[in-house]
Amino acid sequence: MAYKPVTTESAPVRWLLIGLAFVILTLFLLLPLAAVFIEAFRRGWEVFMKSLGDDAALSAIKLTLLAAGISVPLNTVFGLAAAWLITKFRFKGRSFLLSLIDLPFAVSPVIAGLVFVLLFGLKGWFGPWLRANDIEIIFALPGIILATVFVTFPFVARELIPLMESQGSDQEEAAVTLGAHGWQIFRRVTLPNIKWGLLYGVLLCNARAMGEFGAVSVVSGHIRGKTNTLPLHVEVLYNEYQFSAAFACAALLALLALVTLGLKTAVEHFTGHSSKGRH
Amino acid sequence: MSVSIQSIHKTFGSYTALDDVSLEVPDGSLTALLGPSGSGKTTLLRIVAGLEFADPESGRVLFHGEDVTDIPAGKRGVGFVFQHYALFKHMTVADNIAFGLSVLPGSARPAKSEISARVKELLHLVKLDGLDKRRPHELSGGQRQRVALARALAIRPKVLLLDEPFGALDAQVRKDLRRWLRHFHDEIGLTTLFVTHDQEEALELADQVVVMRNARIEQTGAPQGIYDEPRTSFVYEFLGEVNKLDDGRYVRPHEIELRFAAEEGVHLAGRVSHLFVAGPFARLTVVPETGSRHEIEVWATRDQVEEMALENGDIVGLRFPEPKPSQRPRKTGEKEKPGEPSI
Repeated sequence: MAYKPVTTESAPVRWLLIGLAFVILTLFLLLPLAAVFIEAFRRGWEVFMKSLGDDAALSAIKLTLLAAGISVPLNTVFGLAAAWLITKFRFKGRSFLLSLIDLPFAVSPVIAGLVFVLLFGLKGWFGPWLRANDIEIIFALPGIILATVFVTFPFVARELIPLMESQGSDQEEAAVTLGAHGWQIFRRVTLPNIKWGLLYGVLLCNARAMGEFGAVSVVSGHIRGKTNTLPLHVEVLYNEYQFSAAFACAALLALLALVTLGLKTAVEHFTGHSSKGRH
Repeated sequence: MSVSIQSIHKTFGSYTALDDVSLEVPDGSLTALLGPSGSGKTTLLRIVAGLEFADPESGRVLFHGEDVTDIPAGKRGVGFVFQHYALFKHMTVADNIAFGLSVLPGSARPAKSEISARVKELLHLVKLDGLDKRRPHELSGGQRQRVALARALAIRPKVLLLDEPFGALDAQVRKDLRRWLRHFHDEIGLTTLFVTHDQEEALELADQVVVMRNARIEQTGAPQGIYDEPRTSFVYEFLGEVNKLDDGRYVRPHEIELRFAAEEGVHLAGRVSHLFVAGPFARLTVVPETGSRHEIEVWATRDQVEEMALENGDIVGLRFPEPKPSQRPRKTGEKEKPGEPSI
């Protein structure tokens, strides 16, 4: 009998498992994706472009870009700071901070949005104070930003922490003995070592920021043309039975997902290792 | 620049890493901190570097009489070489070496040309000319360690600190670099303190060996001195193979003479249970005929063994050296003043 590696299944089992994986992938990923694009172009290219060029759609796109454009840089800074703190220092409450960073993943996005309403809404804890000072958070841009920041907070941090943990602090300590101070160490030693992990984290953060629905839905108020992001706009169109338009906007979001995936693969390919790997 | 360590105490939570440790490192000397893992040697080195700090109110570190205990690493003027090199992976060799100079504040920073010249000088010093544009991953382990050394020397440190500098290298490279380091030290005369768990390395390289164990210094002295007259059983055993005879004496394998069993002057006869010839040396394990006792390790020359035509299972006679006080070291843990030099 020919020698066969212990960890390889027999041929029929292998084909069965691969086939099963393919079926699941097709059913849950490929078909829906294809359906979005097919439905988007069902009424032709012109209707597709018109749906995207519609005023409400344009303002939804602008709002989505704005929300991402503010949340992603903010979370990049937060993530870098948190990762630096956690991986280079040992202090009381470190594990608690680590768990706190994961909180937005554990919480349902709707609850996250609700929390902001409870805090900043008209009847919320800070409601009267905000109203008195003419500050609008809920049902306005600041609320959307807050909700997006909260929901996408962990991405950069969670990408950087294992990476920086595995790289250790040796190089930073060497820089210390050579006389460099904090900012010099961060800029010249740490940052170049984490740049691919950082890029990957930012990509994921951005994808999520643009696609977020639940939390933003609760805080936005769905004011057409003012507080609708693109995902919210898709829901609005769908509820009004404008299917082709809805799918057109959805296709745009799906395109974003594909571009993100493509960039991520390009990053991994270019650096010759996965984003969670090391040199 | 001499280094004086006075009554340093260091705890990490409930774990004591250094317990009232004091040590004098003479200017220009090459001193080895030798001990097993967990003895505190690396912690001590890092405290001298300023990468760790002693417990508050606990003790002082002096450089040439000046108290540097609370001064951070960047301002102490120490050069530190890490066990795993800690080179900046994404910078060239030249940029690595120039780093300490390039981070100096504006007024103190030398001109680009000056920095370049210094980098070239250092590359020549560590025999790595021409490798300035390479990246660390393109270098061998031995080359990386020399770059790390050049980088540490670029800032003209007053004290050079090395943390198990050859630990990550192959045996042959380790031997070569050891020799090279000794010559290098003789050339530049910089006060150097290095950590190692390899007693051979410490004995071969250092002017002064500091044997540490369990957060304390067991013995300090010149290599030959502490090898010949170890003060505690731990030092005896750590510095090399040793036999504990029935009468309580400690005898090294090479101090035992091989004789034929029936010869005059034989103290003990036994059977050879293991004979191992390696190059010019032979190691034997002899099981005494009198039964219930430890086996005895004997080191002889290969010539001797061949002359006696010894083989496994043969009966052989052993002659021990004359009794001396140094053969009865104190048991480790008995009270003594720490850091007391023996020679």
